Amino acid sequence: MKTVRMDRREFVKVSVATAAVATTGIEGILAARRAPAWAQGTTINIVRWTDFVPASDKVLREELLPKAEKALKATIKLETINANDIQPRITAAIEGNSGPDIIMTQHNWQHLYERGVVDVGDVAEKIAKAQGGFYKQSRDVTTSGGKFIAVPWSVVGLMIAYRKSWFAEEGVTKFPTTWQEYHALGKKLKVKNRPIGQTMGHTFGDAPAFSYPYLWSWGGAEVDDKGKVVLNSKATVDSVKFMTSFWKDAHDEGGLAWDDSNNNRAFLSGTICATLNGASIYIESLRFPDKYKTEKGEQLKTDILHSPMPKGPKGQFAYHVPFSHMVMKYSKNVGVAKDLLLWLGTKENFDTWFVSQKGFSVGATTDWEKHPLWKDDPIMLPYKDAARLGRAPGFAGPPNAKAAEVQTKYIITDMYAKAIQGMAPEESVKWAEGELKKIHG
Amino acid sequence: MTAEPIAGGAGDAATAVLPRARVSRSRGLGHILEDERILAYLLLAPAAIILGVFIAYPFGRGVWLSLTNATVGNPGSYVGLKNFERAWNDTIFHQTTVNTFVYTGVTTVFKLAFGLWLAVLLNREFRAKRYARAFILLPFIIPTVLSTFAWKWMFDPTFSVINWCLWRLGVITQRINWLGGEHLALASVMVVNVWRGVPFYAISLLAGLQTINPELHEAAAIDGAAAWQRFWKITWPLLLPVTMVVVLFSVIQTFADFQLVYVLTGGGPANATHVFATYAYQIGVGAGLLGQGAAISLALFPVLLIVVILQLWYIRRTDTT
Repeated sequence: MKTVRMDRREFVKVSVATAAVATTGIEGILAARRAPAWAQGTTINIVRWTDFVPASDKVLREELLPKAEKALKATIKLETINANDIQPRITAAIEGNSGPDIIMTQHNWQHLYERGVVDVGDVAEKIAKAQGGFYKQSRDVTTSGGKFIAVPWSVVGLMIAYRKSWFAEEGVTKFPTTWQEYHALGKKLKVKNRPIGQTMGHTFGDAPAFSYPYLWSWGGAEVDDKGKVVLNSKATVDSVKFMTSFWKDAHDEGGLAWDDSNNNRAFLSGTICATLNGASIYIESLRFPDKYKTEKGEQLKTDILHSPMPKGPKGQFAYHVPFSHMVMKYSKNVGVAKDLLLWLGTKENFDTWFVSQKGFSVGATTDWEKHPLWKDDPIMLPYKDAARLGRAPGFAGPPNAKAAEVQTKYIITDMYAKAIQGMAPEESVKWAEGELKKIHG
Repeated sequence: MTAEPIAGGAGDAATAVLPRARVSRSRGLGHILEDERILAYLLLAPAAIILGVFIAYPFGRGVWLSLTNATVGNPGSYVGLKNFERAWNDTIFHQTTVNTFVYTGVTTVFKLAFGLWLAVLLNREFRAKRYARAFILLPFIIPTVLSTFAWKWMFDPTFSVINWCLWRLGVITQRINWLGGEHLALASVMVVNVWRGVPFYAISLLAGLQTINPELHEAAAIDGAAAWQRFWKITWPLLLPVTMVVVLFSVIQTFADFQLVYVLTGGGPANATHVFATYAYQIGVGAGLLGQGAAISLALFPVLLIVVILQLWYIRRTDTT
């Protein structure tokens, strides 16, 4: 074994660096320009979803994480997996008491894994303080009993991407403001083989991002503010009744079997006129302008606009998908893992990733609304402050573990899917109410 | 084996002691191994350890989990049969139970019918017989996830190649929603299961067919028995023991099928294709409710156990008669 000799000067340097880290965390590391002794030689494994914007995974792999490795003097291994496989991965890791040090989550999933993660309030509060504070939705889904169980990372805005020219052909130059107007327009377009596309399948993103705010816009809710199940209401039944005819008249009926990628393919190939989505369709059309074209041979990117979901009788709502990172309790490198999240969350470093997203994700803090990126492309502008409108599943109660269970079981989405498949609206609502009562008690 | 004293050497005392000790150990071990009961236990031990570690322990752990309210990161406490009671009152579980029985029952009938038909065909002499046999095995050889993804594309709601062909042939004017319809989704999943399972039946039954002495058929043919009669009077009775074993394995595998359904539909739409494995996975691994998930996966264990016992009893009975 090689013996490392240390002279008095070197000893003082190391001592100062260690003291700096102990007292000031990541700032100390950066100021000391050397990693703490305990970080040297450590490996941090991080699992994230395979981003719908591939450029962002590339930025992480090739630019940010190598820089972080130098800054933290630790080896960082990034693994990206299908978003639908994240939950099983978390369960396996916690039960096996080993696995990645950091795991990305979406929605309010982290509430299901609260016992398997460490409090990351120190990291989260520093980021929030430096960047204008977290959006309410981001804070709500990552806190439990006053503790941060995950560090908010970003929010994927969900807007309806639609074909400007096809809407214009029907005399519509502004996106419909109510569900009734949207229904009427969709009906006309479906006759021309240009239906609306929406998933109602068992898939993580687009399905709940549609079904929850659609329910809220009619005045329906899972529970009241005391946690009592109130789903079976006139408002909910009305929403289901409307949905069944809306689906039949205006939607691509294949949507019952769609996952989060089907609508992208359908839109890009010109088989649907509109779909609720992150901006990934538009961003893909920007990446390959000559691959995706309209029936007139024009670049598809010039024919895409974005709009929030229409209003219902009780208002206009949205559910934008929050992303966050959990530091796992079993990790032997909790300190370095937290430092990595803080390092990635600093304005300078997050900016690199944020720019690569081109607006697909907004930051979890409000400062990112001021970013110059929003001046580059007016088509992306609706996403800028989308997260302000966001509401979390579980409304009007907290987005806790029970709400996460409801969502993981796709109960709200299935309530609509069952009615679309032919179950009486009253029955499908009753079914969903029963399932909710089993969870909420 | 007899131990020889160490030859020569200066220390006679040592030569007198050492061989005695070796003889005594060798004789002792040999004596023990000569006892057939002990030897049998020793020979069985490695298999028993493997079975215990890899089958009995996980099964026992699963049973224990099903009796607790364990969630992810929380070992939970004993709750008796509460999880089973919950499953009993769960409408999704009811649907899952129906789906699983329909899925297993229907696919088993089709797999047996097509498998037997193929086996009889492959048992005949024809050119390129070897190639045909190898080709038949392809669906079984290809990793399930890979072939299921190919089927997912074929059933794609928007770009289904099946729909395209039917439309070009003028059979349909509107797309068929293969994985979106409540009943059609389950039927589509069953088609893929049959496609994947037929080779297992065909090859296993072919092996059984080849053990039947052709002279029996020749004698029956000389006596004027038609092909159909020869099949029912000779082939089927002699093939029955093999068929029962194949069906037994297939039923167990199909009951516990996961990959195929998970990849094609994830149990959707609206739980129309959930089977025990996918629902248990959604509850136990997805939502982290380990106790409930274990109860769902074990709920049909008694039924399966009875099926297996009946089939094994039948096989043993036909073997001895």
